[in-house]
Amino acid sequence: MIRSRLTAQRLAFLFLLGCFFFNYPLLSVFNRGGDFFGLPPLYAWLMGSWLALIAQMAWVVERKEN
Amino acid sequence: MLQGWVIVLASFLYLGILFAIAWYADRRADIGRSLIANPVVYALSLGVYCTTWTFYGSVGRAAASGIGFLPIYLGPTLLFALAGFILHKMIRVAKANRITSIADFVASRYGKSQLLGGLVTVIAVVGVIPYIALQLKAVSNSFAILASYPEIIMPATAGAVPLFQDSALYVAMILAAFTILFGTRHLDATERHEGMVAAIAVESVVKLVAFLAVGAFVVWGVHDGVSDIFAQAAAVPEVARRLATADSPAAYGTWGTLVFLSMFASLLLPRQFQIAVVENVDESHLRRAVWMFPLYLFLINLFVLPVALAGMLHFPGGTVDADTFVLTLPMAHQQEALTLLVYIGGLSAATGMVIVETIALSTMVCNDLVMPLLLRLPMLGLAARADLSGLLLEIRRWAIALILGLGYLYFRVAGEAYALVSIGLISFAAVAQFAPVVIGGLFWKGGTRDGALAGLAAGFVLWAYTLLLPSFAKSGWLPDGFIAHGLFGIELLRPQHLFGLTGLDEITHCLVWSLLFNLGAYIGVSLQRVPNVREARQATLFVGGAEAAGAPGWRGSAGVADLLPLAGRFLGLDRAQEAFARHASQRGLKSVTELPADARLVSFAETLLAGAIGSASARVMVASVVKEEPLGIDEVMNILDEASQVRAYTRELEQKSLELTRATAELREANARLRELDRMKDDFISTVTHELRTPLTSIRAFSEMLQEDPKIDLAQRTRFVGIIVSETVRLSRLINQILDLAKLESGRAEWTVAAVDVAEVIHEAAESLTVLFAEKRVTLELEGCEAGLTVLADRDRLMQVMVNLLSNALKFVAADSGHVKVALAALCVPGIPLRGQVTANEVRVSVIDNGPGIQVEDQEVIFDKFHQGAATTDVLTDKPQGTGLGLPISRQIIEYFNGRLWVESTPGAGASFVFTLPRQAGDNGEVPQGDTVPGGGRGHKSPGGNS
Repeated sequence: MIRSRLTAQRLAFLFLLGCFFFNYPLLSVFNRGGDFFGLPPLYAWLMGSWLALIAQMAWVVERKEN
Repeated sequence: MLQGWVIVLASFLYLGILFAIAWYADRRADIGRSLIANPVVYALSLGVYCTTWTFYGSVGRAAASGIGFLPIYLGPTLLFALAGFILHKMIRVAKANRITSIADFVASRYGKSQLLGGLVTVIAVVGVIPYIALQLKAVSNSFAILASYPEIIMPATAGAVPLFQDSALYVAMILAAFTILFGTRHLDATERHEGMVAAIAVESVVKLVAFLAVGAFVVWGVHDGVSDIFAQAAAVPEVARRLATADSPAAYGTWGTLVFLSMFASLLLPRQFQIAVVENVDESHLRRAVWMFPLYLFLINLFVLPVALAGMLHFPGGTVDADTFVLTLPMAHQQEALTLLVYIGGLSAATGMVIVETIALSTMVCNDLVMPLLLRLPMLGLAARADLSGLLLEIRRWAIALILGLGYLYFRVAGEAYALVSIGLISFAAVAQFAPVVIGGLFWKGGTRDGALAGLAAGFVLWAYTLLLPSFAKSGWLPDGFIAHGLFGIELLRPQHLFGLTGLDEITHCLVWSLLFNLGAYIGVSLQRVPNVREARQATLFVGGAEAAGAPGWRGSAGVADLLPLAGRFLGLDRAQEAFARHASQRGLKSVTELPADARLVSFAETLLAGAIGSASARVMVASVVKEEPLGIDEVMNILDEASQVRAYTRELEQKSLELTRATAELREANARLRELDRMKDDFISTVTHELRTPLTSIRAFSEMLQEDPKIDLAQRTRFVGIIVSETVRLSRLINQILDLAKLESGRAEWTVAAVDVAEVIHEAAESLTVLFAEKRVTLELEGCEAGLTVLADRDRLMQVMVNLLSNALKFVAADSGHVKVALAALCVPGIPLRGQVTANEVRVSVIDNGPGIQVEDQEVIFDKFHQGAATTDVLTDKPQGTGLGLPISRQIIEYFNGRLWVESTPGAGASFVFTLPRQAGDNGEVPQGDTVPGGGRGHKSPGGNS
């Protein structure tokens, strides 16, 4: 599977991206009142970016070229 | 409708279905058509990560801290993004070495150490027990709540209920029985459980469906969509606080800690390791799991916050435990079917966790703790017993019962003081202690067994002190004085503010200290020494990955006759025979008996056994039948590391080329010396020829003149004959000296060595030259020349030297005013005491003149052959007065007797030729210490040159 070095590196990049998405200081940007389509901004951000990250991981490992 | 018997019946029905699935999957596996050889099943089985912690506890956590439940699921998502680097490698290594558990993994990595395997097992069992208690608490609570339907009554605390009325006890017993039935039906060589994995995958689906059903019901059945819940929540101040998390550094720190912690937990928890690594059928399944498992986590968390908020809105005032909202919300709305589904979902979450966790732990307890001990007890005679497979299963069954018993005990003791999630985090922190040795072991070759032991022990002790003991104390089981005031009343030792560290939550606090000491001890102790042979071999296998995995680790050999019965004792004879037959056909052989008794066969047998009893025990068992020659470090390096082999060759080559270079340089030097000698010989011959021709030419010229002209007058004729005679004398002297020198240099000279009185020689030499001195009117003075100083030398040769030096001096001093002095003295040369005497051990003779002196640059050259002093050539109008061989010959003679000859001179102030000879031992007469008058240092000037 992750035989391809490129795939492994793409995933590692997503790992770093995720570390950034799911931690301080980015979280503090969204940690405020108000709402985003009826959801609290922090909740919306975490669930949204989480799903986006999973989608990208799926795209990276399931690409045809593998 | 939801009476107690309905719930009990539903529970057993569900467990029965699971059992049927497992049985069916096992049968399919036996006929070679595996149900679980499918990436989706693999991804779903990884969902065992979600236990009742997730199913009930997340909502409780969300009610307490808003989105604080999420990091536990973000961490594994991130870990799976790193799957290509970590998980993939672990699977490959585990497959190549038939690793059966995380204890086996660690033990195998650090040289198949039984001690290390045992320590990991102890940490894992102690660490995971709170987690099992959590499942018991959740299931028994859900049962108790459901039993009082339709009323919603919180169950009494466990401690208040008599033991035999406590539903958690029965839950524990049923789960133990179920797990034993499930996981220990037979012993598999690879320790894989296809049936269990299939059942776990089904359980993952059940709990996900149940949770999504509750979520959908709460969001769209009770409320008007997600936005409606958030809007309502925002209107209630108490609930609105949960919409945003605390905006403080400590809160973000806790958040980050939990992401980090869950990342490791999803890899290192025994059940996660079991499912992700040991039960992995095909490493390519990991690709699907990389995104499917995180997606599973995402889906099961989708409704957590809405359900938590809805629960808080529906049950204001905290009368209902938020950990039960998932169950109590449908109950409050009289949704009987949904309630039952939720209960079954919770049961799925709990049974899945307990089954896999206890099977993994029991394997570890059996393989890494009990078997090594039993095999060491000679009185049991186990090592000689024919069939041990039954015993192995028996040990595992008891281990399962024991682990669940301990889980129940922890639940009784400490379970009530904490919410579900907090209990689970204690376990997470425990297994995080494996991170340095596991991750380090995969990427760093320098880790040693001692380092791993030290790191794990340090981490475990600190974890127990800062997290486990306080959990006992909080529930009143231990006196809580030591929490508030520290151990022995020492403030710095307060478990939750260790060394005065404050401002962190207890999990972060524990992780900071335990991982710091763990990592520090692991690396620090590892660096105390280089890994030994076995550690180095395992390090290469683990760090190098599958590429290095084929290298055989045994140098000895044993035949099928020894190995097959051995494997049969642990696996059962049929299974062992089957495995050997497969091995034989893989090697292209027709039958088991054709297998050669080689290292490869031994390795195969070891890995086969490792599957059943763990790598450390397998090594010991195989070693009992294999006569292994100990591995030398060089051999291991050769076997393992082709690179190192190449490196060794390179080093050898480098050494060779260095030697060659050195030899070449020596040869070149020798060659240069030879050339120099050759040139010197040529020079010598041409000089000699020249020197001989000069007198010969003049002899010939004068003889011819006499022959051609008979009428030359008598006076002229006499003068010519005189010249001819003197030139002949010079010529014969020259020839004599050349012969002399040639003899000296070739070492063919004859020496008559005897004790010689130096003063006597000096007097004799002076005597023989008296006439010449008188002719030139040069005074000769002898100083200190008294008899008594003897040296070992050839008397005639010494005489030759003396005459030579005296005539040289006479040659260069001016007539009339010339003055030559000979001084004899005994000297003490430090460091060469003569028979213990510290007194004079050297004889020194100086011949001092008041001639023109010698230029500094000439002072060494005059000892070269045919070299005449500058003073002689400067003013010389006549032929040279010497042969240029006297000084070289003198030096050769003196050096032959271990003496030295040199000249001291200041130009214009005379010269002093000095030689020393070692004094002969035992001569009588103590000559007073000679005054060492420097030869050239004399004051009066002498007229330069001679005429």
